Amino acid sequence: MMIFRFRMVAVLFGLMAGLLWTGSLLAQEPVTDNDVNDVAKDLFCPVCENVPLDVCPTQACADWREVIRGQLAEGQSKRQIIDYFALQYGDRVRAKPAQQGFSLAVWLLPVLAVFAGAFYFSRYLRGLKQNTAVVAPVKTVKPVANANRPVTEEYLARVEEELKKLK
Amino acid sequence: MLPDFGYATLVVAFLLAIYASVAAFYGGRQKDHRWVESSRNAIVAILPLVTLACVLLIYALVKGDFSIDYVARVSSRAMPTYLKVTALWGGQAGSLLFWNFLLAVFTSAAMLRQWDRQRPLMPYVLAVSAITQVFFLFISIFVENPFTRLAIIPLDGQGLNPLLRHPGMIIHPPLLYLGFTGLTIPYAFAMAALISGKLDDGWIRATRRWTLVAWLFLSLGLILGGRWAYDVLGWGGYWAWDPVENASFMPWLAATAFLHSVMIQEKRGMFRMWNMFLIILTYLLMILGTFIVRSGVISSVHSFAQSAIGPLFFGFVTLMLLFSLYWMTRRWNELSSKNQLESFLSREAAFLLNNFLILAILFATFWGTVFPILSELFMDEKMTVGAPFYEQVNGPLFAALLLLMGVAPLTMWYRSSAKRIGMQTRWPALAALIFVGVLFAFFEVRSWGALLGLWIVALAAILTVLEFWRGTQARMKHGETAWTAFSNLMARDRRRYGGYWIHLGVVVMAFGIIGTEFFQQETQIRLSRGESVSVGNYSMTFNGIRRYAGADDLLITEAEVSAFYNGRLVKNLRPRTELYTRTGQPMTIPAARSTISDDFYVLLINWEETSVNSAVFRIYVNPLINWVWFGTVIFTLGTMVAIWPDPASQTSVAAVRPRRPSLAAGD
Repeated sequence: MMIFRFRMVAVLFGLMAGLLWTGSLLAQEPVTDNDVNDVAKDLFCPVCENVPLDVCPTQACADWREVIRGQLAEGQSKRQIIDYFALQYGDRVRAKPAQQGFSLAVWLLPVLAVFAGAFYFSRYLRGLKQNTAVVAPVKTVKPVANANRPVTEEYLARVEEELKKLK
Repeated sequence: MLPDFGYATLVVAFLLAIYASVAAFYGGRQKDHRWVESSRNAIVAILPLVTLACVLLIYALVKGDFSIDYVARVSSRAMPTYLKVTALWGGQAGSLLFWNFLLAVFTSAAMLRQWDRQRPLMPYVLAVSAITQVFFLFISIFVENPFTRLAIIPLDGQGLNPLLRHPGMIIHPPLLYLGFTGLTIPYAFAMAALISGKLDDGWIRATRRWTLVAWLFLSLGLILGGRWAYDVLGWGGYWAWDPVENASFMPWLAATAFLHSVMIQEKRGMFRMWNMFLIILTYLLMILGTFIVRSGVISSVHSFAQSAIGPLFFGFVTLMLLFSLYWMTRRWNELSSKNQLESFLSREAAFLLNNFLILAILFATFWGTVFPILSELFMDEKMTVGAPFYEQVNGPLFAALLLLMGVAPLTMWYRSSAKRIGMQTRWPALAALIFVGVLFAFFEVRSWGALLGLWIVALAAILTVLEFWRGTQARMKHGETAWTAFSNLMARDRRRYGGYWIHLGVVVMAFGIIGTEFFQQETQIRLSRGESVSVGNYSMTFNGIRRYAGADDLLITEAEVSAFYNGRLVKNLRPRTELYTRTGQPMTIPAARSTISDDFYVLLINWEETSVNSAVFRIYVNPLINWVWFGTVIFTLGTMVAIWPDPASQTSVAAVRPRRPSLAAGD
């Protein structure tokens, strides 16, 4: 009895595992063009100049997209496929330069430049503010006096001036 | 016979240009006006000579004189006449000849118009523009001679590259070249101011309109290039941050910074050195842009060395850089500012911030464009810097620039109070927030980047419209009717309100750009006849396909599909592919249904005769894209308003003198 029951359980488990396995096979949907394009978007055509792989109309690129389709069907990830292409055709096929090694420079330099520029710019302005604290009284020109008047009055002043000229 | 004659006219023009530059410089130094006038006559004689060369080449193109190498390359018997004419700029040698022609037009025009007004500057204006002309004529004569003959005369030419047989591509290069060559004029005046030591604002006032005209052409050239890409290249977009695009975008950025910062100099006499720097940068980037496009350096450093044109351009850029730097350092002390910034809540500081942001975008773009060249030089491995880099780095900078564009007109010269700016932006900011809230609640906009961008766009739009509103209101208080008040407002200060129109155009374009950047939908699918697919609110049914021979060697495959919007048939579309069988070059021509809210854009990707009943389509829904083109129209009209000459200043020479300082919030 015990043995029979054990067999039953084993068979049941076996059946379940088998079902799961075939189920997973059936559930695996065919790779769509959109899946392929999603990977191809981040690659550049290895032969044309600056054409993303997903939109390149040449036959060579159509073949490369089929390679991607095949690799996706094998279950490879986007990253693996991009790395494969970079290995085969060089780093130039990456649409986004890798954020490591020499190509890290392409990302870092603009950021550094913006910060350096912002730093210089703010120092320049601050320096001026200290200067003008001393100079300001001499420079009291009309617009400063106007500063707090509502803007329409300035427009009125200008309009009046222009009307005067017309006469 | 004809090629010899054409070549001879170029050689004579070249010799005249050399003479003009030397004579003008000598005359300027010796204060001998006879030399300068002789130089002017030489410059004015170059124009008809170069024009003649262009006419001869066009004649050869139309007649189909295939003994000329250039004609055999870009023309063919079967091409329609208008394409034969525009083939003048369809290839390298012809483009450079055309460049020479446009430069001669601009130089002569500037010369004749400014001759009496800016006499002390003229010798060096002549010298500098003549040097530029010498360089380009040199290339046309010794490196890229458009009149080179073939030993064996072919029966027919190869014809124009099919990608270039599009109206957008026919107008786009001349506009870019007009922009490029036009920027030579303000540079020549700036250098003349440096060399002659006449460092007042004369050169800026004399060239303001030239710069604006050149800038408008450059802007239109860039946008039409985008339109061409959208209509012909078949990838669903209009701007890809391609190195060639960047090459023309960089001088545009520098010129935009210059157009803004000159206002500080005119108003406050400050940043004179900075403006010199900006116009020099613009000129160098313009030459560099021509170099990048023309030398082949982008495809590879190695192809750069194959043609002599690359090293020559590189040499010329270096030469002009050193020349400009030398004169800038010589005048360094004389150029230092008389005045100082008083507050960083002022119009001056706002312009400076604008310059900072634009130069940051310029730097990132420059770096991304030259990085592949550097990596190939130093790492022996070519890299690609694609659109994602530019979008991530430049996107936030553009957003900041847009915000500044909205707020900056509220600042006043010298200083303004934070309180007042706060009062003036409070309600618009709230209104913009409500707008974004509506988008969030009812239109399911969930991307934070897009919401922030749209908030900035709405705020900038409201603030810009309010500028017009306030001005009109103020005039109406003096008894003018609404329309008179509005039109007088612009007539009185074309430059200022033209500028605001341009801002409004930019805001509208930004709205469209955010729409397509963040909400583009796409799918690619194989459909059998009668099958449908849906994308967003649209669906599409594939009705049929046919293949037929077109003009020349063209093989056209055209699909017919029906586009439905919310289940209702809106348009039958015919996307097609064209194959130029002789060269094997494929083209994918999209078909689109355009509305104010979006484009339904279909590409026929693939169809084989073996699979009669099914074809592969790529479908894009591009939201708000037509706002980009619509914004361009506003932008252009605004620039025209700003360029339009004042009736008063047209007749009198005195108008060149500084105008009376105004108390208004800006100019």
